[in-house]
Amino acid sequence: MEWGQVHALLGENGAGKSTLMNVVYGLIRADSGEMQFDGAQVQVHSPQDAIGLGIGMVHQHFMLIPPLTVADNVILGQETARAAGVIDGRASRRTVNELSRRYGLQVDPDARVRDLSVGVQQRVEILKALYRGARLLILDEPTSVLTPQETEGLFQIVRGLTAEGSAVIFITHKLGEVMAIADRITVMRRGKVVASTTPAESSQADLARLMVGRPVLLRVEKGPAQPGRPLLQVDGLSVLDDRRQVAVDGLSLEVRAGEILGLAGVEGNGQVELVEAIAGLRPARSGRVMLCDHEVTAASPRRRLRAGLGHIPADRHRMGVILELPISDNLVLGDFDRPPFARGIVRLLAQVRDHAARLIKSFDVRAAGPQQLAGALSGGNQQKVVVARELSNGPRVLMAAQPTRGVDVGSIEFIHRQIVEQRDAGLAVLLVSSELDEVLSLADRVAVIYRGRIAAVLQAGEIDRDRIGLLMAGGQADQVPAASEGAL
Amino acid sequence: MDAFLHVLQRGDLVNLAAATLVASTPLVLAALGGLMCERSGVVNIALEGIMLTSAFVGYAVAFNTHNLTLGVLAAVLAGMAIAGLHAVLSIAFVVDQIVSGTVINILAVGITGVFYRAYIQQAEVRGPGVLPVWKLPGLGDIPIVGPIFFQQAFVTYAALALIVVVHLVLFRTVWGLRTRASGEHPRAAETAGINVYLVRYVNVIASGALAGLGGCYFSLQQVGNFLPGMTGGQGFIALAAMIFGRWTPLGSFLASLLFAGAGALAGRLQIYGVHIPYQVLGMLPYVLTIVVVAGAVGRAVAPAAVGKPYRRS
Repeated sequence: MEWGQVHALLGENGAGKSTLMNVVYGLIRADSGEMQFDGAQVQVHSPQDAIGLGIGMVHQHFMLIPPLTVADNVILGQETARAAGVIDGRASRRTVNELSRRYGLQVDPDARVRDLSVGVQQRVEILKALYRGARLLILDEPTSVLTPQETEGLFQIVRGLTAEGSAVIFITHKLGEVMAIADRITVMRRGKVVASTTPAESSQADLARLMVGRPVLLRVEKGPAQPGRPLLQVDGLSVLDDRRQVAVDGLSLEVRAGEILGLAGVEGNGQVELVEAIAGLRPARSGRVMLCDHEVTAASPRRRLRAGLGHIPADRHRMGVILELPISDNLVLGDFDRPPFARGIVRLLAQVRDHAARLIKSFDVRAAGPQQLAGALSGGNQQKVVVARELSNGPRVLMAAQPTRGVDVGSIEFIHRQIVEQRDAGLAVLLVSSELDEVLSLADRVAVIYRGRIAAVLQAGEIDRDRIGLLMAGGQADQVPAASEGAL
Repeated sequence: MDAFLHVLQRGDLVNLAAATLVASTPLVLAALGGLMCERSGVVNIALEGIMLTSAFVGYAVAFNTHNLTLGVLAAVLAGMAIAGLHAVLSIAFVVDQIVSGTVINILAVGITGVFYRAYIQQAEVRGPGVLPVWKLPGLGDIPIVGPIFFQQAFVTYAALALIVVVHLVLFRTVWGLRTRASGEHPRAAETAGINVYLVRYVNVIASGALAGLGGCYFSLQQVGNFLPGMTGGQGFIALAAMIFGRWTPLGSFLASLLFAGAGALAGRLQIYGVHIPYQVLGMLPYVLTIVVVAGAVGRAVAPAAVGKPYRRS
C-alpha cells in the first residue's frame, strides 16, 4: 500500500477480505504472520492499537449508536473533557464541524444518528475515523447501501482523502466500482491473494474470473417476459413501522404471472414493511393485498403460504433459516405438520430426510448431509436452502427480498438462474433489492420506491440506471430525463 | 371522596407531601442504581436483594458499633459487594442476568433471615436508634417547601442530591457517554476503544452502592430495627419506577413519587377511617405498579443492548 492511493480489495463474500481487515484493525487476532505499517513491523492487538497507528475502519454494518448525536458518536472513546470528566460539548461540536467542512462531508453534529439516512451515517463513520487521526482508512463494502449518486459522492470524498495524502483500502465485490476508484487492486479468493493488478492492466471479466476462480456470466441470460394475468395485487396499502410511523403510504403495485417486477429503492424507504405486510408478518393499516384473486389482507402468513406465496426474506438469520436446526428441518418449515411430512401428530422423519436429500441435490447445496445444522453452512448455501424451501412449496407468487445479500458469486448466479426459470414457468416474481445491479439485470419492469410510495414504474424499454438512481433519491418522474413517462 | 376532603380540610397536604418524599427515598435510590446498571447494558432485578442485604448489614454494624454513620457506610459497601457478585456472574460468567438477579434475591432473603435469627432476634441490648432529622437552617423554615424538602434525615437528602449527580454523570460526562454507548451498542463502543467490560463492572457496582444506601433507609432511617423481608418488594417497584421514568433520573424520581404517594395516601386514608379494608388500600402501590408498567410497556425505550451479555469476538 502507498500513501495517497486507493487500494481495492476485491473478493467474493467469504473470501476473507473482512477477516483480513479485522485483523489489521485489531478486532481479530492473527494466528500467524506479521504486519508492517509505515516501514516498521507492528503488533495490533486491539482497535486502540490500530487507532494509535492511524488506522481507521468503516465497518459494513455501521458501528454507530442510533440514539446518540453525531458529535457524541464521533468523540466516543476520545472525548475532550474539562474537569471531573465533563464533556466539552462546544469543543467537540466545533471539531466535528471543522472536519466535516474540510472533507466536504456536510454533517450536522447535533442530529441524532437514528434520524439520518444511511448515506449520511456512513459519512459520520468516516468522520469518526478522521477524528481519531486516521491516515489509513479501511472502507468495508461501503457502497452496498448507497444509491448510485451517493456512491459518486463517496468516491469524491475518497478522492479528497487521498489528495490530502491518506490511503484508503476499499473492500468490495463490485467490479465496476473497483475500476472507477482504485489505484491498485488486490484480488482474494478463499483466504489467499490470487492477483495484484491495476485497473489499467485488467478488465472486469478478468477480475471476475480471478475472484471466482472460473469464468462467470456477468449478465443473467433471459428471454423476453411473457406476462399473463396479475397474481399479486397491492392496492392502496399503508403500513406502520416499528416506531408507529407510516412506512408504506398508500402504495399500489401488481405483479403478473411470468414477469419479474423489480422494486428498487434505497434501504429504509418502506421495502421491509411492504414485504412484511405482503407476507402477513405486519398488519396493514389500510389497503388491500390480493394473492391469486383471493383477498389476503388480514390472512395469517400460513394461509398466504397455502394460497401460493413463496417468500425469500431479506434477513436470512432472523427469518430465513433456523441456524440451530438441521437442513432437513429447515426445508420443511412451512409443511412439517402435514402430509407427506407428518401423519396426525407424528412427524415422518424418513420423508423429511428424503425430501432434504432431493432438494440438496437439485439446488446444489454444499453440505455434509441433511442432518448438518443450517448454522454450519456458508451464507450462500443457507440462502440456497431458503430458496429450495420456498420453491418446493409450489408457489405461484415468489417474493424475493435481497435474495443474494451476503452470498458468493457462484450462489448468486445460481439463485438468479432459479428466479428466471421460475418466471419462465409462469410464476409472478416480486424482487426487492437494494443492489441496483441485481434489479437491472433481472427485472422485466422496475418500480422505484421512495418514502413508502411508488415513485415510478419503468417498462422494459425505459429502464435506465441514472434515471432510477434519481428516482431512488426522491427526484420527480417528470424532472428526470426519460424516453417516455413511466409512472403508474 | 370523603376521605380526600378530610385530607384537604385538615390542611394535611404538606404532611402528605413530606411523607411521600420520605417514602420515595428507597425507590429513588434503587431506581437510580437500576438505571446506571441498565444504561450500561446489564439488567438488575437484584435491587430487592441488594436493599435487603444492605438493610441488614447496615443495622448489624450500627448495632454493634453504636455508630449510625458506620452503619450507613457498611450498608453501601454491602450493596457494592452483592452487586459485584451480580457483575461477576453476569459479565464474566455470562450467566443470564435475570437468573443471576433472581439467585441474589433468594440468597438475600435466606442469609439475612438466618443471621437475623442467630444474632439479632435474641439480642437484649438497645438498638442503635434512627438517623436524626436535620432541619436545614433557614431553608427548613420556608413555609410549605421547608417541611417537605428541608426537614429530612440523611438518606433522603442523599437521594435528592444523587438524582442531580446521576443525571449529570449520565448526560454530561465522558463516563456517562461511555455507559450509554455500552448499553446501546457494545460492539460499537468496543471499536471506539472503550472497555465495555470495565464500564459494565463499574456501573453494576455503582448500582449496588446506590441500592445499598436505599436499603439502609429501611433499617436505619425508617424503623431503627431490622425485620426479615422488610424491603417488601420495593426493589421491584423501583424497577417499575425506572421503566416508567424511561431510564432517566428525573423521570425515575417522578415515578417514585407516584408510587410512594400511593402508599402514603393509602396509609392516611386508613387513619381517617375510610370504609375500605386496609388490606385493599395496602395493595394500592402494587396495583398501581402493575397498571403503570403494563401501560408503559411497548412505549418505553430500553437501552438497546440491555440484558444481552457481551462477548468479545
